[in-house]
Amino acid sequence: MNKMNFSRRNFLKVSASAAGGLMLGFHLPQAAEAGAHGAAVEINAWLTIDPNNIVSIVTPQTEMGQGAFTAVPMMIAEELDIPWENVRHVFADANRHVNNNNLYTTTSTGGSTTVSRRHPYMMQAGASARERLRVAAATKWGVPVEQVTAKQGVLTAGANSATYGELAADAVNVTLAEEPKIKAYKDWWLLGKEDVKRLDIPLKTSGTATYPIDVTVPGMVHAAVQSCPVPEGKLVSFDFEAIKGMPGVIAAVELKQVKDVPAFTDLRSAVAVVADEWYQAKNALAVLPIVWDLGRGASISSESQNAEALQLLAGPGTLVLNQDGNIGKNLDKGVNHDAVPGIIAASSKVVQGEVYHRPFETHATMMPPCAVADVKADRADVWTFTQDIARSLNEVADQLGRDTKSVFLHQTYLGGGFGGGYNMDVHRQATAISAEIGRPVKVIRSREEDIAQDSQRPPVWGTYKAALGDDGLPVALVTHFVGEEKMPAFSQRGVANMPYLVPNRRHEYSAVQNHIPIGYHRAPGANHNGFIVEQMVDELAQAGGWDPLEWRLKMTEGNEPWQRILLAMKEKSGWRTDMGSGEGMGCAVVESHGTIAGCVATVSVSRRGQIYIDKLDYYINSGYVISPLTAREQAESSAIWELSHTIFGGLVVRDGRIVNTNFDSYPMARMPDTPPEIQVHLENSEDQWWGGLGEPTGPPTPPAIANAVFYATGKRIRVTPLSKVAL
Amino acid sequence: MAITLNINGRDYAIDADPQMPLLWAIRDKAGLTGTKFGCGIAQCGACTVIVDGNAVRSCNVPAATAVGKAVRTIEGVSEQNDHPVQLAWQELTVPQCGYCQSGQIMSAVALLEKSADPSDNEIDSAMAGNICRCGTYPRIRAAIHRAAELSKA
Ligand code: FES
Ligand code: FES
Repeated sequence: MNKMNFSRRNFLKVSASAAGGLMLGFHLPQAAEAGAHGAAVEINAWLTIDPNNIVSIVTPQTEMGQGAFTAVPMMIAEELDIPWENVRHVFADANRHVNNNNLYTTTSTGGSTTVSRRHPYMMQAGASARERLRVAAATKWGVPVEQVTAKQGVLTAGANSATYGELAADAVNVTLAEEPKIKAYKDWWLLGKEDVKRLDIPLKTSGTATYPIDVTVPGMVHAAVQSCPVPEGKLVSFDFEAIKGMPGVIAAVELKQVKDVPAFTDLRSAVAVVADEWYQAKNALAVLPIVWDLGRGASISSESQNAEALQLLAGPGTLVLNQDGNIGKNLDKGVNHDAVPGIIAASSKVVQGEVYHRPFETHATMMPPCAVADVKADRADVWTFTQDIARSLNEVADQLGRDTKSVFLHQTYLGGGFGGGYNMDVHRQATAISAEIGRPVKVIRSREEDIAQDSQRPPVWGTYKAALGDDGLPVALVTHFVGEEKMPAFSQRGVANMPYLVPNRRHEYSAVQNHIPIGYHRAPGANHNGFIVEQMVDELAQAGGWDPLEWRLKMTEGNEPWQRILLAMKEKSGWRTDMGSGEGMGCAVVESHGTIAGCVATVSVSRRGQIYIDKLDYYINSGYVISPLTAREQAESSAIWELSHTIFGGLVVRDGRIVNTNFDSYPMARMPDTPPEIQVHLENSEDQWWGGLGEPTGPPTPPAIANAVFYATGKRIRVTPLSKVAL
Repeated sequence: MAITLNINGRDYAIDADPQMPLLWAIRDKAGLTGTKFGCGIAQCGACTVIVDGNAVRSCNVPAATAVGKAVRTIEGVSEQNDHPVQLAWQELTVPQCGYCQSGQIMSAVALLEKSADPSDNEIDSAMAGNICRCGTYPRIRAAIHRAAELSKA
């Protein structure tokens, strides 16, 4: 287990700290909340209790829509045993975390891990607080601690009774002889319940949730930024004289690249124009003469990468071993990978796949990247688009060459994240500009700059070759996927470790040249690879005379978590492949982030080739689920996320630059594109395993739709977006 | 140059040049940050406000064009966060990241003021200008129906 210190040693007085540093008149309405409970007592770093029995719980993870600000308080409230209506949420203090030996263990928020990986120590924090309250009550009443119950915010022993709030101050001084164990699933009273309301909803219907873009600091100016339109390229010069006289313009600042090839949050070579108002900065930047050294990327395009990929697929790739395994643990141990091509060559029933492809996709969070920095001589305050407030704090301190004690990275809500908050240098840009001009500054990226410079989801190409046995099931299979050079692992996930037990397996990999930045996304590997693997499966089933759902059941025999999903799909979806006359059902199942998600899609296709998605039906096995409401929301969300890419997505690279950089040329799914019916079935195994829920329904969506279109039309869709496919 | 904008029933004297988009006048001059920036080209709806009863993408119109008109933003929808649309949004837990939701709510309010009980088709076309990257569309659709019900009660 994680080493955590739940005693008082590291703890400060709550009133000044819980909101993240001093109140400087910033426009941060929620942050005032911590101060409002001035009389609240901090039991441990995770929670305070006030005399009215209101419990304020800190969430070190970022709330970007996925429900962290509800999930973390839920886990702590479960153990503390406090009514949900008494629970409030407060922001975490990154400065306190960083300067106290990572007080909250981590502030990183991604990979669907907030609940799945972090629940042991979060629940421990609540359990520990509850036990200290019990000891305090026992001491006060002179009874053995075993006689004290702590339930729904009330401590009781015989005739004695007190609220947590009444004994909170006493509990502060208690040191436990031993930390309690966290509760088992069967004892949960709050976790797993359907009707637990999210804590962040009211702020988000009144427009008062604060995002970095909403922060205002006295004396603040605004900056628009531009990095080289061909990523990896560098600034040569710019001519400030040309824009000097434009309304509001204050300065132009060069942002210097530190590393040769920047990745993730490394500062990139860029120019910033600073003005009184943001639109003035943006207008001036648009006409600022800039000379760039475009670098190696200028000759790369979607076409050139595609041609390179096809050439690579025609030859052999590098062998990839299945090291990850998967839920159900059906590894391909003992397989002689080198023998597989020979087995296929000798077979009389060979299936040769065609080439599948999916293009680059971008985050396009509704809130464009932005940050506010106020760098003063003795302290620096920053609000930014980040999925890890501590890492951003450390990076700002490092960039300024200052002690982390003087850097305050304030937590805010995020207008979406989806992995993008790990790859962003916008906090570094704001810090550099503020330090240079000696004033607080707000940097906002235009949507065009956001999409041009974002860390993208990489493209993938893939094909396969299989030999079938007498029963029509594959006896040997070679898959070959092509990714790109920067994050090759994304093109391997879910392929080498697919759950289907083909006795002789070999997975090969190759990479195209690529200068476009790549970063964490919503299930980047599974979303792309699932499209290929789950259509390959349908093609193999069809070639062998199997129903595609029966094929999947057969090929995962003995694998309970998968069987549970596949059987639910078979029993509840009204599954059939013979709808006829322009209608079809298709299925797909993909594991990602420790969760298995199946999708059954029902489509109709008009005579002119127009595809209508009538229904999307999801079946999810994440082991446990603590918030069914959030699980359903995230299932709908990641489904529509990938539906959007299926219908409309695809970045286009020309002369090294991304050319579709706003919603007119990179369209999104909108209300009319949303299927009339989306159903989510939680089919959990509930056995000592916690899967993530922020992303898994995305991956099975495009292959289920494509498989359904096949049954409706007899035509197979091997590339996305559908908007560019002629049926 | 100073202009006067009437926002949520209150007059704001705003010092802005004529080309300043209404969005930035609302956010940075009037200090009402509930209205959001998402694309700047009238494609996403994050900046939706109601001007004289019509849903308008404020990123794409100069502030000067709103002079003499009644501008409503999310802050003016209700005092207590209890407009039927807001109540329905809360009941059905519509928002995820929340960033698009001010714009969604303003589009929904404008729709319901014109059509008290909209069909799915009316909802689709009235809401088509608002993107939600978190994919809350099914809940928005249900919540508009619910808000219509709450308004009748
Ligand atoms: S910001 Fe106005 S429509 Fe997108
Ligand atoms: S709730 Fe996040 S963009 Fe709509």
